[in-house]
Amino acid sequence: MRLSCTVNGQRRDIDVCPAESLLFALRERMGLPGTKNACEQGECGSCTVYLDGVAVCACLIAAGQAEGGDVVTVEGLADDEGPHPVQQAFAESGAVQCGFCTPGLIVAVHDVLSHSPRPTDAAIREALAGNLCRCTGYEKIFDAVRSAAVRMSAEGKRR
Amino acid sequence: MTATWAGQRARPGTVGTGTIRADAIPKSRGDFAFSSDLYADGMLWGATVRSRYPYARIKSIDFSAAAVMSGVRCVLTHHDVPGRNRFGLEIRDQPVLADDAVRYVGEPVAVVAADHPEIARRAAEAVAVEYERLDALTDPRLALSGVGPDLHDGGNVVAHHRIRKGSAEPAADVVVRGVYHVGTQDQAFLGPESCLAIPALDGGVELYCSTQWLHIDQDQLADVLSLPLDKVRLTLSGVGGAFGGREDLSVQAHACLLALRTGRPIKMVYDREESFFGHVHRHPARLEYEHGASADGCLVYVRARILLDGGAYASTSRAVASNAGCFACGPYEVPNVSVDSYAVYTNNPPCGAMRGFGAVQSCFGYESQMDKLAAELGLDPVEVRLRNAVGTGSAMATGQRIDGPAPVAELLRRVRDMEPPAPADSSTCDDVLMPGGAANTTHGEGVRRGVGYGVSVKNICKSLGYDDYGTARVRLSISGGEPVAEVHTAAAEVGQGLTTVQAQIVRTELGVRQVVVVPADTRVGDAGTSSASRQTWISGGAVRAACEAVRDRVLRIAAATLGAELSELWLADECVRSERTATDVPLAELLGSTNVDETRVFRHRQTFPLDPETGQGDGHVAFAFAAHRAVVDVDTELGLVRVVEIACAEDVGRAMNPPAVEGQMHGGIAQGLGLALMEEVQVVDGYIQNPSFTDYLIPTTLDMPPVRLSILEIPRDDSPYGLTGVGEPALLSCPAAVVAAIRDACGIDITRIPVRPEIIAGCA
Ligand code: FES
Ligand code: FES
Repeated sequence: MRLSCTVNGQRRDIDVCPAESLLFALRERMGLPGTKNACEQGECGSCTVYLDGVAVCACLIAAGQAEGGDVVTVEGLADDEGPHPVQQAFAESGAVQCGFCTPGLIVAVHDVLSHSPRPTDAAIREALAGNLCRCTGYEKIFDAVRSAAVRMSAEGKRR
Repeated sequence: MTATWAGQRARPGTVGTGTIRADAIPKSRGDFAFSSDLYADGMLWGATVRSRYPYARIKSIDFSAAAVMSGVRCVLTHHDVPGRNRFGLEIRDQPVLADDAVRYVGEPVAVVAADHPEIARRAAEAVAVEYERLDALTDPRLALSGVGPDLHDGGNVVAHHRIRKGSAEPAADVVVRGVYHVGTQDQAFLGPESCLAIPALDGGVELYCSTQWLHIDQDQLADVLSLPLDKVRLTLSGVGGAFGGREDLSVQAHACLLALRTGRPIKMVYDREESFFGHVHRHPARLEYEHGASADGCLVYVRARILLDGGAYASTSRAVASNAGCFACGPYEVPNVSVDSYAVYTNNPPCGAMRGFGAVQSCFGYESQMDKLAAELGLDPVEVRLRNAVGTGSAMATGQRIDGPAPVAELLRRVRDMEPPAPADSSTCDDVLMPGGAANTTHGEGVRRGVGYGVSVKNICKSLGYDDYGTARVRLSISGGEPVAEVHTAAAEVGQGLTTVQAQIVRTELGVRQVVVVPADTRVGDAGTSSASRQTWISGGAVRAACEAVRDRVLRIAAATLGAELSELWLADECVRSERTATDVPLAELLGSTNVDETRVFRHRQTFPLDPETGQGDGHVAFAFAAHRAVVDVDTELGLVRVVEIACAEDVGRAMNPPAVEGQMHGGIAQGLGLALMEEVQVVDGYIQNPSFTDYLIPTTLDMPPVRLSILEIPRDDSPYGLTGVGEPALLSCPAAVVAAIRDACGIDITRIPVRPEIIAGCA
């Protein structure tokens, strides 16, 4: 079956099998493996992408549901000037170890900060409760979120 | 020849400075290739047929229906293994594909290659395996007693280690006894097992995979595939965490077999459920303890009997059982010791390495005992530990004198003296921070606070006479007018930050700015495993040695070119500097098109096997220590626990990259908290009940409390830069501290981890 949608600002027309998830279509059919597949059951958040502006687990979305939609993945957040402040903050805060959780967290944090530019620590914990990380114990991820919030407000960036 | 590094510590990216990982931006952008992200033109997908029974004889395998499915390219069974159909880290006892029998649920029986992963999965389901079920042996105590079938030649006792020290009948004023249990923990690395195997024109195979040790994979694969080593070439791909779970082969042999048979690249990726069957777990343990002490709280003796369920195959059970025994007394001076540690075969899932490697299980036992002893004597739990803590010069249970730093008392005092967290105040406190969290089960009623301590010890590096080494190649050349150092090892970056540390060492030793860390592969010599908290020590030592050799050659070239004495030259700021003439010659000028390329091997000091009867001997390279304080709030009615804070103090020798050291500690603490409260692979009659992240829970942002660290840096004199391993200690005594805090809060005895709410609530 045919899927037409916009991914990271580019129009894509591809063939998918009906049972495939958006995650599979992105990773295996569109050459965008940045979005990760740690559980494929909606439990870990490593596959978080935007679909029509809403952060979703791509493993829980059938590829066909993205028909006509606007998808933004972790690969679509940086611009010509370089990494997005959230990405920069993760790197500089030591929030990345193995990095398998990182793409999903980057999108999730991007989403949190676009709704709530200066979240409290409790709000950060709550907002990221659906993103599992096995390496960092989350401490430096929280540091990264706080640092990204400061950077983004300094740069006047919302998205 | 330390001139280059003295005075240059503060240069960015050198040893001891906080250095941003080179892979952090690519990982944040989604540009970093994990082994599950790989792609090759024409590649097929592999899938695995797995046993449905814990123990059964295989009568027949009929794959005719699978083989004719559209899109299916090949189905392989044990008949198609060209070499030795066995692998294993200590004993090659595990079939690549089951032949006569299956010994655990999920054991691989056949593999399939197809055009699409879904077709491969369906084809695997269509393979009809006829079994004759056998009575499964799933109780490790029965296995130890000799009742039940022998699962392997030689019986079911994989390991029995004895430690006997001092008097057999020591007299003590007080005696405390306990039996403790530790559940099966899963590494739950986030990136599931995956690889890409590409058949090569020379009849060999190129394998891109996630592993902790490339060369031991290569060694086993060559035997399985019946190929010479140089035809089995491995490259490390991005590894999504390891924690011990990638020491054993998983997808590697299957993908290579399929690639060689089909002549096409094969990609294999487990999903989360398959991952629970695809790697070994932490050994579940039963620990019987008896501690005797004098009236003033000094330990007189420890008796312990530790039983580890190794599951169906040996994996690293021998070494884990040895470790559990060696550290059964903890970081305490104990004059009289009698320890027996066992690992047995059963028809449960195989168990092997996981962060802490036997020392975690023992720690829960001995620290529970120390609290019992303190209560019996009316002593403070920290005080009883301080009275018995080892220090430099003390003897361990194995009789080995600790000749390195052993600041156990200092670590304990540090966590004890940290400011306690603010008391729970239900009027101001968010309910999410109460036990039960967002479930909103209490507003503070029935909630009690408790504080608990734990302290721990573990060996760093491989032990018991193993010839452990690492190899590094460093090449200095001039590129674009600038000196560039290339460093190449086979050491596995599994997330710990090893790649960055290697570059820091090169910058420190050679004073160059540009360092390229070449992907780890088997073209360079063995690095040993990224386990046992050893890799920065061993491969770091090899990188430093190779740098020293490069530096030596550069200075010799300079001495010859400049007509100077070697002793008056040193490297600084990408120049060779002459002390006598106060001149700098840029490396770019000096070397021109000359490459300086050196390979070196690094070994730690020799260790020795322990005496088989007494367990005495100098078996270990080094001991590392950590102390924890846990503060918990417990809803005593519902049995729910909220960890309020964990404090941890650890001696790291030298923090090579301080934020990475903190990250290792944070991550270890999280896994320790998980083991204490929520993580258990539940196995009933050999069947895993909860192979998913829905049912196997790992700590989330809401489970983790704020963590406080205190990092000591007491340099060792036998390691590069004085460092010691940091991967494991922060996990070891975390579960013991959490449980001690729960006991403190509600006054009940808890003898098993993970702690279940019904135990706390008294309704189990
Ligand atoms: S892979 Fe989608 S939530 Fe885990
Ligand atoms: S960095 Fe490894 S899972 Fe988060």
